Amino acid sequence: MKHLLSINDLGAEGIDEVCRLADHFTEVSQRPIPKVPALRGKTVAMLFYEDSTRTRLSFEVAARRLSADVMGFGVSSSSVNKGESVRDTVNTISAMGPDALVVRHRSAGVPHQVAGWTNASVINAGDGWHEHPTQALLDCYTIRDRLGSVAGRRIVIVGDIKHSRVARSCVMAFTAQGAKVTLVAPPTLLPPALDSWPVDISFSLDAVLSDCDVVYGLRVQMERQSEALLPSLREYTARWGLTAARAARMNPGALVMHPGPVNRGVEIAPEVLDRPNATLNEQVRHGVAVRMAILYLLLGADPQPRPERDQA
Amino acid sequence: METEDIKRATWRMAHEIIERNHGLDGVVLVGLQTGGVWLATDIARALHEIDGTEPPLGTLDVAFHRDDIGLRPLLPEAPTRIPVNLDGQAVVMVDDVLYTGRTIRAALDALNTYGRPRAVQLAVMVDRGHRELPIRPDYVGKNLPTRRNEMVDAHREGVDIGEVVK
Repeated sequence: MKHLLSINDLGAEGIDEVCRLADHFTEVSQRPIPKVPALRGKTVAMLFYEDSTRTRLSFEVAARRLSADVMGFGVSSSSVNKGESVRDTVNTISAMGPDALVVRHRSAGVPHQVAGWTNASVINAGDGWHEHPTQALLDCYTIRDRLGSVAGRRIVIVGDIKHSRVARSCVMAFTAQGAKVTLVAPPTLLPPALDSWPVDISFSLDAVLSDCDVVYGLRVQMERQSEALLPSLREYTARWGLTAARAARMNPGALVMHPGPVNRGVEIAPEVLDRPNATLNEQVRHGVAVRMAILYLLLGADPQPRPERDQA
Repeated sequence: METEDIKRATWRMAHEIIERNHGLDGVVLVGLQTGGVWLATDIARALHEIDGTEPPLGTLDVAFHRDDIGLRPLLPEAPTRIPVNLDGQAVVMVDDVLYTGRTIRAALDALNTYGRPRAVQLAVMVDRGHRELPIRPDYVGKNLPTRRNEMVDAHREGVDIGEVVK
């Protein structure tokens, strides 16, 4: 595998392999010195055209724990502010010989395009409303860790499905692993064409709550408030929020998941977030192990030609 | 070597480990995945029968520390589990066959990420020669001269030597 652009690049077997490898990296992360020399001499460049805390830090920690070097790139402090195009930026960075580019962009498809412009492996760290494959992988890993397997689990994804790359990647990953996924959202926040998605749809969280193994809350994107897709946050919480009263009706071992950053009291009530079946911190911790697995699979696991470094 | 030879060699190595370390205080056994784990388990059992105490027993997969990452397909095969802090302990690494020494180099590197043992020793069932690094075993079941194109496999029931066609 050269790139990770979509969950579909992996398929069910690929997801299994990532999770098995992530087990080993979880062990590495628990060592007194949580670092292995596996990717010594490799360089991972971060190309983040959109704000991010956890994804970017997680990739950086993952790369460093594998002994790779990290090239940071913040749009606000770079030549992008001078009007440099994505293509020119990619060419410039590629000329410095990185082995992988981790790309986040507000437009769908940018990582795919970048993959055509560089010899490095490209990892999609979120593109527009399209995909966020490593988030879906760490969510699969978290469900396996807590519930034993993803197969056969009933997973409810609730919130702004339409604008969520997390929802798209998670639907692909969960269903590929054999889960039964139900999407719950206000009609204004569902994507227009859902016929081809292998999911059930519901407009009522109450109707599906008591019969599921995982409730996966998506972030209400406050920046979309101006589009009048929601009457008000209070009304959203009243109908689609995971309040304490709703949480009490969930199955006893059912998980509460969220990709972060969470709006406390909007998608999920604060007291629900503090319960042991809420996995938000585990998801972040597992994110490092899963991203180590992805970097190792792309840059280390298979025989690689030794790069000819420019002599000039 | 037959099953009985393997058993006798295992017991002898167990006695040598006790002798060298003046008992089992602070001794930790670490079996290298995957071939060394059965021998580490058997040595631990023998130590228990001889001394009445059984040292902590760990397993170590050295895949991420190897020097041939990127040269051949390389994924870890089995779990790493180090049950105690290794600071100040005497670690006895256990493997089935000692050959080039590269696995042991990787294992020494891996052990460093768990702390600073006061000593690291190496027990192997078969030393087949052809070292490529300055590494030697402390406890050996049997020295077995081999050719480079042979495959040597040591297990509880004996030692197999197979020819590899190149």
